[in-house]
Amino acid sequence: MHQRNSSYKADVTTAIIREISRLANRPFRFMEVCGTHTVSIFRSGIRSLLPKEIELVSGPGCPVCVTPVGEIDRAISMAALKDVTLLTFGDLMKVPGTYSSLSDERAKGKDIRVITSPLDALEVAIREPDRRIVFFGVGFETTSPAIAASVKEAKARRISNFYLLSCQRLIPPAMKTLLSSGNTKIDGFILPGHVSVIIGKRPYSFISDRFSLTGVITGFEALDILEGIYMLLRQHKEGRSDIEVQYKRAVKQEGNTLALKIMEEVFKPVSARWRGLGIIPESGMALREGFNRMDATAAFDIPYEDKPDPPGCLCGEILQGIKLPRECSLFGTRCVPQDPVGPCMVSSEGSCAAFYRYGG
Amino acid sequence: MCLGVPGNIVSIEGDLADVNFGGVIRRVSLMLCNDVKIGDYVLVHVGFAIQRLEKEDALETLRLFEEIEKAHHAST
Repeated sequence: MHQRNSSYKADVTTAIIREISRLANRPFRFMEVCGTHTVSIFRSGIRSLLPKEIELVSGPGCPVCVTPVGEIDRAISMAALKDVTLLTFGDLMKVPGTYSSLSDERAKGKDIRVITSPLDALEVAIREPDRRIVFFGVGFETTSPAIAASVKEAKARRISNFYLLSCQRLIPPAMKTLLSSGNTKIDGFILPGHVSVIIGKRPYSFISDRFSLTGVITGFEALDILEGIYMLLRQHKEGRSDIEVQYKRAVKQEGNTLALKIMEEVFKPVSARWRGLGIIPESGMALREGFNRMDATAAFDIPYEDKPDPPGCLCGEILQGIKLPRECSLFGTRCVPQDPVGPCMVSSEGSCAAFYRYGG
Repeated sequence: MCLGVPGNIVSIEGDLADVNFGGVIRRVSLMLCNDVKIGDYVLVHVGFAIQRLEKEDALETLRLFEEIEKAHHAST
């Protein structure tokens, strides 16, 4: 695709949109589960190209957005402990906790640093043996194998001052909860490309088997997304509800079996709280027994406490595709990217930030 | 957050590879994707290769685009 010139892409885009318009013979509502899709859809202007019959809504697919306030507060409490250095991905720094954010705490002098790979945390731990290094790890199945591999590596290299504060989440249980609630009215899913690189096709089978909905695992280029929408519509025309793969250049039917094996070896699924969705069984990831020593929640004895979402914030409903950002009274007034109230405005992949930046 | 960046493997040393991302070379872990060789394209996420990209499958996508394009031209 990259070798093709832009006029070729324009021709193909025109052709796909024409086919989509032909197949969209009634209103369709599709949910893109992944925040990276949300950004790509806005950035490429896909919404303005689609016929009015097709509505795209964002789902709970941004790890930063689904992290509840209580988890941010717990990370802040940990960063306040003696000799602790808290490391995390940059996306989390500005998410408001009850009183403050990690970014505010860093400004006040706490040792909180941004890393781009969990392996960086091991390097920091080796370099600074007198510090207790806590990695605040968020992410979905795309990221969990990398965190698992880093934990294994820490054990193999006997790095004794490395700890994990695990705040990882699994996507299929959240989708099941959404569909079971009956509040989310959709015809099908644009399924996340990179989560699926790891988990493959099978974990989504409940979408078609139990709920008779369609799903297409889709890549992130504008043409990939248009083709994904075309494949969803084609299923509806043919009266099928299947899970199909559009993003074949990266997604294998069975996923990445080596990554899955490492993830399974290090983590076990546990109940976990999601912002907006409540507690979902087997949707979080806790360290297995052989790795207990690195569990920051046990080592520092700071229990998780539920905290309310900010008053007036509709992130919870927005994450379920029930409300759109512009329906929130804080949107664009009290809640803006420079001074966000809710996480969907903080993360560049959040639905509110995308609506704010690109309009919609 | 689930961003994956494709790059081209230029050298391999044990569990690590140097990967070329459009001119910028970064060291990447192969712990999650070890069935690769120099010249392969891999998808990289938070410092780890998470999948080898299949050229044939990329071409299959292109073929589907071409089919749609043909259908479009045939109908106009």
